Amino acid sequence: MSEFLVFDGVTKRFGDFVAVREASFAIEKGEIFALLGPSGCGKTTLLRMLAGFIEPDEGRILIEGEDITKLPPERRPVNTVFQSYALFPHLTIRDNIGFGLKMAKRPKSEIDSEVDRMLDLVDLTEHGDKKPDRISGGQKQRVAIARALVNKPRVLLLDEPLAALDLKLRQRLLVELDDIHDEVGITFLYVTHDQTEAMAISDRIAVMQRGTLEQIGTPAEIYEAPVNSFVAAFIGDTNFLRGKVVTATDEEYSQAEIEGVGEIRLFNDRPLKPGEEIALSLRPEKIRIESHAPPTDPGLNAIEGIVEDVIYLGSMTRYWVRVGDQRIAAERQHSRYLLDEKLPSWKDRVWLSWRADDGCVLSDFAVEDTELLSIPPDEEG
Amino acid sequence: MSELRRKTNPERRAEWWTTLPSAGWLLIFFAIPTLLIVVMSFKPAGPYGGFGEGWSLKAWVDMGNPSYPTVLWRTIRLSLAATLICIALGLPVGFLLGRSDAKTRSILLLLVVVPFWTNFLIRVYAWKVLLHPSGFFRETLVSFGVIGENTLLLYNEWAVLLVMVYAYVPFAILPIYASAEKFDFALLDAARDLGASSIRAFWLVFVPGVSRGVMAAVVMVLIPALGSYIIPELVGGPTGEMIGNKIAQRVFIDRNWPHAAALATVLMIVTLLPVLFAFAQEKRESIAVGKKGGDASS
Repeated sequence: MSEFLVFDGVTKRFGDFVAVREASFAIEKGEIFALLGPSGCGKTTLLRMLAGFIEPDEGRILIEGEDITKLPPERRPVNTVFQSYALFPHLTIRDNIGFGLKMAKRPKSEIDSEVDRMLDLVDLTEHGDKKPDRISGGQKQRVAIARALVNKPRVLLLDEPLAALDLKLRQRLLVELDDIHDEVGITFLYVTHDQTEAMAISDRIAVMQRGTLEQIGTPAEIYEAPVNSFVAAFIGDTNFLRGKVVTATDEEYSQAEIEGVGEIRLFNDRPLKPGEEIALSLRPEKIRIESHAPPTDPGLNAIEGIVEDVIYLGSMTRYWVRVGDQRIAAERQHSRYLLDEKLPSWKDRVWLSWRADDGCVLSDFAVEDTELLSIPPDEEG
Repeated sequence: MSELRRKTNPERRAEWWTTLPSAGWLLIFFAIPTLLIVVMSFKPAGPYGGFGEGWSLKAWVDMGNPSYPTVLWRTIRLSLAATLICIALGLPVGFLLGRSDAKTRSILLLLVVVPFWTNFLIRVYAWKVLLHPSGFFRETLVSFGVIGENTLLLYNEWAVLLVMVYAYVPFAILPIYASAEKFDFALLDAARDLGASSIRAFWLVFVPGVSRGVMAAVVMVLIPALGSYIIPELVGGPTGEMIGNKIAQRVFIDRNWPHAAALATVLMIVTLLPVLFAFAQEKRESIAVGKKGGDASS
């Protein structure tokens, strides 16, 4: 791994509040790296420490081996796309984009041609002479990106760049942003609280909670193999099944007794011992929901339950099924909705089945993370 | 564009009635008195004060008094200098006020406003005491060798300037603060991020960002400064006299009302110039914006 940008034991406190706790990680050159987490998790503090607006209490930040921890913002080889864009209202779009080059005292002819190139890149050539208040939100966002990129930063920092836009525009700009990244090849550090955005654009994601980095990995790693209940619940939706290991069947699989559900087979994501308490994360789309019992298969877990809730979502239907004292969410895709056999509905007796490999045994479970799920388990049981 | 349609008659009538009280107020207490002053300047002076019969241009001919250009120039010079210094002080203070949290802000604002709880005349007198030849300021400065034994702090232009700045600086701070409060301080981060030092960011982004506040501050300091009377009267001495003092002398000592009225008219014209300039500037800006409007689509 080429260690392009390194956070080395970075800690920041605001009074008694620890905003970032001993963050150590490296970002590779040219990748889109997302810091993802709920508000107040410390992701913006990390970004602002990299930009130079906040000085860490402990630790160092290095870019290509050079320690930039103490440099003021204006002397760092990074530029930021701010959340609210922060375009200078008294300057035209051209002058906004050219601001950084002007500060660097580059000759006017060079500034002009660079600004032209940037206007072309973000497709705003005909708006160059307008003031920021005369263009739309999406256009402002592109100006903010152009204004940062024109300085050829070694890292482009994006602080919730799409948060102020509506959904459709957000999806379109996300693709545009990805195209721009391909074109300029600059390393992006992307801060967001929106997991869809992070999954869509990033090469790797760092999931943060309460100042701590919980997990770093590719979107698929984080989604398919979350290390703990927070990551599992924050990224996408999931079911938590808690129980006790009964037998460690072999190298690969174990049997576990799940409270109120029965015995299931699970994949050893980590070595398991008989008697050990475990929590399994099981994504709703991994679960098949059928009216009849599936054919017996040692690799398949099958349990019976009663449908309690049905939500039709267009591309799929989501079910909540009562199994013992558990409510399990399952999804069914509708590739052929009108031709499908009759779908299970409310109060129907159904079978849920999933492959033992599709669950993920978590290393760490916290009960409060169940509150992040789309529908919490009901209290009566 | 419903805003641009012609107003209907009932709307016009409603507007007329709601404007009437303030228009009436301005007419009775501002326009008519101002006009009276101008008219008075064209009357002859009465032998024992007041006015004589008929009309006369004597007051205006007397404006040629050789001491007036000096006093007028001093008035303009001191007022401009006081305005400039007040703005220079108001900008950083406004910045600080805009940046600080609600608690610090209310304390700082209180400090700005607290002097107003004491009578203006008393505060100017206090300066007279401070600057007096045997006053605290001079004694201290002399004992530290900052100024010579023979330097006087009172009764000169500098004393007038100092006290004017003291008296008018809140009028610069408050409008600049009002602008700074609405200023988006993330813009300064953006400027720093793009390579501007903190001082350049202040000048290139903050100052243009509060330009409306600065314009208001100029009007609110310059106009009362031009009309200063008490300050030069108390701390200015003969070499610190301003137009206001001349007007007062013509009224109270010479009892030459037409002459005083002509001087007041001159002062009024001098005062109106910056205001007219500010209005023209504003109008030009709004026209420029209006022209570009209506294409914020996509």
